[in-house]
Amino acid sequence: MASRDTTARPDAAGPVDLLPEVRSDMSHQLRAAWVVTRRELLRLRQDKARMVTMLLQPVLFIFVMGTGLGSIVDTGGDVSFRTFLYPGVLATSVLFTAAFAGISLVWDREFGFLREMMVAPISRASIIWGKCFGGAIVATVQSLVLLALLGTVGIPYAPGLILALIGCLFLGALLLTALGVLLSTRIKTIQAAMPVSQLLIMPMMFLSGSLFPIANLPDWLSVLTRLNPLTYVVQPMRHFTLDHLSLTAVEQERLLPHLTWFGWAVPVGVQLLAVAVITLGLISLAARVFRTTE
Amino acid sequence: MSNTVRGAAIEVAALTKTYKSGDHQVEAVKGIDLRVEAGQTYGFLGPNGAGKSTTIEMLCTIRNPTSGSARVAGYDVVTQRDQVRRRIGLVFQQQTLDLQLTAEQNLRFHADLYGLGRADAERRIAEVLEMVALADRRSDVVMKFSGGMKRRLEIARGLVHAPQVLFLDEPTIGLDPQTRAAIWDYLHDLRQRTEITVFVTTHYMDEAEHCDRIAIMDHGEIAVEDTPEALKSSIGTDRIALRTDDDELAIARIRERLGVEAGVHEGQVTIAVPEGAQVVPRLFTELGVHIHSVTVTRPSLDDVFMTYTGRTIRDSEGPQGSVNPFAGRR
Repeated sequence: MASRDTTARPDAAGPVDLLPEVRSDMSHQLRAAWVVTRRELLRLRQDKARMVTMLLQPVLFIFVMGTGLGSIVDTGGDVSFRTFLYPGVLATSVLFTAAFAGISLVWDREFGFLREMMVAPISRASIIWGKCFGGAIVATVQSLVLLALLGTVGIPYAPGLILALIGCLFLGALLLTALGVLLSTRIKTIQAAMPVSQLLIMPMMFLSGSLFPIANLPDWLSVLTRLNPLTYVVQPMRHFTLDHLSLTAVEQERLLPHLTWFGWAVPVGVQLLAVAVITLGLISLAARVFRTTE
Repeated sequence: MSNTVRGAAIEVAALTKTYKSGDHQVEAVKGIDLRVEAGQTYGFLGPNGAGKSTTIEMLCTIRNPTSGSARVAGYDVVTQRDQVRRRIGLVFQQQTLDLQLTAEQNLRFHADLYGLGRADAERRIAEVLEMVALADRRSDVVMKFSGGMKRRLEIARGLVHAPQVLFLDEPTIGLDPQTRAAIWDYLHDLRQRTEITVFVTTHYMDEAEHCDRIAIMDHGEIAVEDTPEALKSSIGTDRIALRTDDDELAIARIRERLGVEAGVHEGQVTIAVPEGAQVVPRLFTELGVHIHSVTVTRPSLDDVFMTYTGRTIRDSEGPQGSVNPFAGRR
């Protein structure tokens, strides 16, 4: 015969005292988004192999491609091609890791975990915001290792520069995670997610000016780079980096040309603002699509 | 403000769900009524495609009903969705754990999503892990767990936020008999210690015996609803299964001499009669067919299921094929 636990209240259906009522809706939703974010960080810690493999590619870019091409590229001064390449490769590495973090939503769906989040007393928007910020933080943290290589390409470890670069990396990561998450709201299978994300990542990498200067490009290429939001992450990063070196006038013109919109030289701040606006738009769109289709 | 439910834990009235399928409407759930008293273990059975899953999804606030209403733990599933969600625990057929995280991290994630305070979360996590005997594995990554351990962890997770109603959709599917038994032990234990209401679907009729009440759903409607005992005695017939040399002839003779319709089921001629033991001698003397074996079975929940759905629960997994000897005996 069952002996009823004497501490259980007869009117409490749970095995313990009832839980405190939920805090105000907004703070609960923020908290929920943070919980989703934290899961991404925990997963990163569990998955160290991912961190190492993700680093290999950018290192190849900087040291192999940078050195190889450096012998035929004339920068017009003392700055090596590797130094020029470095901020672009930083941005590229974040592009890959962040897009991957974004489309991991497809994996969450496939392996069932999405359902655990979908049935919780939280809004769908907080799942999307949490996923985007979590992915962006993870991608930024992964790129910190590359940031440590600053000195090896002849750039000083200036605290201001490092902070500025981290800020840019985070913004770029958020942009790409949002894009990945947006894709995941429409793409339902892993088989489809991989090729589609490649289709997105590769053009974004090549058309961002990460691997070559955007000066003196033919018109069609020039237009495409200006339409690519990643360009407005790469250019500020290159600006901050090269600012710490004393460039000759020729170098300035060849490596760090002004990014113009119809002849107007767009200030770095406006470039970053544009990225922020596009990113917020993408996250909101992803949240809306997610709410209506899932 | 009251969190408590007295009386009904689940109240469903004229609940309907229709889907658009191509250019015609499919009525998956046809205006069902249901009432589950607080503290009961309620079995929800039915063939695949009967509308079971759709009904559960509406009760769990995953889908909105087309019409009708449902209240779970005292709250409306449509207008008070989050209140319902905080008061129900869910264990799905498909596993929904994060395999890359540890058992404890999975539970903590859940506790955080449901807004538990830190101290409550710690205590609940320890309690539920203890309950499903996974306390010593709390720091292990779930990927290393066996199927049964994952299932136990999911049940534990469904209980972390101390729900008033626990929904279990096929909680023991694909598990070995020992693990199935262990999971029902946990559920019994849970029921004895708390007043939790358990709403469970299963394909195993022996498990349905554990329930206080059972509803059988078919073609979008509740075919019957009662206690397992009442359902079994309502049939009032025994089942006789025969292996013979010539099934065709046997069926014809049974119809002719005994006045009973027989069918072939799982390779055996099957008939339903009130007093099986008394019919057996007549089979040998009157059929004129060589009989290899005879089995007489008292009514079981399998028979109840067959009576009301026209299929055995195993048949219901696949296309409907076998002849039903109980047809028309409602």
